[in-house]
Amino acid sequence: MNIVVCVKQVPEISEVKVNPETGTLVREGVASILNPFCEYALDHALRIKQATPDVNITAISMGPPQARAALLRALELGADRGVLVSDRRFAGADTWATALTLAAAVRAVREDFDLILVGKQAIDGDTAQVGPEMAEILGIPQIMYGVRMELTPNGKRLRVKRESENGYQVLEARLPVLVSASKGEAIRRLPSFADILAARQKPLEMITADALNLSEEQLGLQGSYTQVVKIFPPQAKKACRKLEGLSPDQAGREITSFLSQENFI
Amino acid sequence: MLKIDDQKCNACGLCEKTCPFGAIAVDEGLARSDENCTLCGACVNVCPQGAMAIERKQASPEELAQYEGVYVWAECDLNDGKLSPKRVVYELLSQGRLLADKLGQELVAVALGDGRLAGLESLCEYGADRVLRCEHELLGAYSTDGFTNVLSAVIAGNKPSVLLYGATPNGRDLAPRIAARLRLGLTADCTGLNIDEQGQLVQTRPAFGGNIMASIIAPYSRPQTATVRPNVFTAAGPDPLRPKVVVDVAVTLNKAAVRTKVVEETVLGGGEGESLESATVIVAAGLGCRQGGGLALAGELAKVLGGVLAASRPMVEAGLMPVTRQVGQSGTTVGPELYIAVGVSGAIQHLVGMSSAKTVVAINKDPEAPIFKVADLGIVGDAQEIIPKLIEDIQRQQADA
Repeated sequence: MNIVVCVKQVPEISEVKVNPETGTLVREGVASILNPFCEYALDHALRIKQATPDVNITAISMGPPQARAALLRALELGADRGVLVSDRRFAGADTWATALTLAAAVRAVREDFDLILVGKQAIDGDTAQVGPEMAEILGIPQIMYGVRMELTPNGKRLRVKRESENGYQVLEARLPVLVSASKGEAIRRLPSFADILAARQKPLEMITADALNLSEEQLGLQGSYTQVVKIFPPQAKKACRKLEGLSPDQAGREITSFLSQENFI
Repeated sequence: MLKIDDQKCNACGLCEKTCPFGAIAVDEGLARSDENCTLCGACVNVCPQGAMAIERKQASPEELAQYEGVYVWAECDLNDGKLSPKRVVYELLSQGRLLADKLGQELVAVALGDGRLAGLESLCEYGADRVLRCEHELLGAYSTDGFTNVLSAVIAGNKPSVLLYGATPNGRDLAPRIAARLRLGLTADCTGLNIDEQGQLVQTRPAFGGNIMASIIAPYSRPQTATVRPNVFTAAGPDPLRPKVVVDVAVTLNKAAVRTKVVEETVLGGGEGESLESATVIVAAGLGCRQGGGLALAGELAKVLGGVLAASRPMVEAGLMPVTRQVGQSGTTVGPELYIAVGVSGAIQHLVGMSSAKTVVAINKDPEAPIFKVADLGIVGDAQEIIPKLIEDIQRQQADA
């Protein structure tokens, strides 16, 4: 069984600051990490691998050359092979152009895939669009927000427990299928020293747009349907009335009088 | 234009069965399409041979001008045996009405469901000029394939200029699927929508966890599509005098086209009553409530104020609260009148999920906690000690009143 896990390198969001004068992001000194939801997707793949013989996991990432670090991390965590899809011509890709590129890359390096796993969203863009767009481009069904997944006994279908709006749902689809992973039972693992050493021996290749069956007009900004026309800082909120050093009694009374003044009591 | 590769076609007939417009027939061992084809792409998706392809060229301004109307997907929920529109649909109609008036075009709501669809006339009272009702027994419950096939066909056939979805779990599942099928620009989680001088939809959304806002356009593709988080726009009041026009749309949908099967369904949190999305008072418990009965205290405070208990992501990930109660970027966006954050530090992802709250009270031990930046009243202190006193005080006030 061949599993493809799509991973993305993202900035550690909690460290991102905005330059108040220019309104642009200050990304200097901000650490790059493997998107947590991609880690969950990989963890789900590893669980299937543990429970099933002959599973091969390919981790694919589209990004700049430094995204190699995210793939190396995926190899340390247990993926068998890493593929970096990197080309300056991909610059400015929106979710559609990204999905088209990633789908073409999957076809190029692992055409006989059975399962594609993606994180439910990336913590920098938060669009959650690339997964479903890839599934549509590849012509396969999708199951979003998976928290537990297992193959049916004959190995031909995948059964996925997923978060639904009001609770949980168990869905089943015939392979190949694309599943987006939520946290669920997945964990963020720490690789052992042996894992880290073993990862250096695993194949980590890089491909460019030339390896994909796409035309120049389909890549990057040119291949995108959406364009960013303006970036600006969000509106600041009015100042908070912050009270420190009150006794619990005083604090309770302060809140009560505020709530009553605002007509909530 | 739909291209069919005769070398690859093996006349299996799946395209004929799937076509929502009856535009394909298998004749003399080969699939052929006729003038009813709207290039919706349903056949391309199901063809096991990969024999179908759609060629699209980039549109000229004249072509773009052919697309007219603001469309809203009227997502419906099952309530008391009826499939009725969700609250976010009314919010979208209010904003959609403004956009449609600016463009001088009509506002249309599209509802998909089975015979249990109800309350669609109310969509007109909230601003829709017309409602398209797509009824089919396979549309009683949401499925990616069923809804993608039917809604893509309606959109491809009607050619609107703008298409809006609620950024609900199903909306976020459906919108990118349709965008990819019809080759459309799509912007997720918009917090602002406007029309510029060229008549283009300007879509504004937060990025990088809400640290920055981006305005986005889709200059070459129509319709321009966007998802909008619930509680971002306010639903205007109904106007009962508006004409009510509900039009039935013929739906073709084959069981084989729906490739996922629901095996099991578990509904959680039914006992809590009110949903987070529509709650007017929310008490949110964060990591500061993890120990020593803090969660129970927060729950009691919510009860005393007639509100709903919610949680931050770490509390959900620790298994202390169900994901349906999670506020934030990866949970629910809320817009209550009052939001009391108890032991919530206020990670940016959490703040994005509650930025529409009108009044915010925060209690936290850490004076530097980011939650104070968005609070109206902030108390630095131990929530576990403060809340029992607070509950006593509130109950005393309530008894006096």
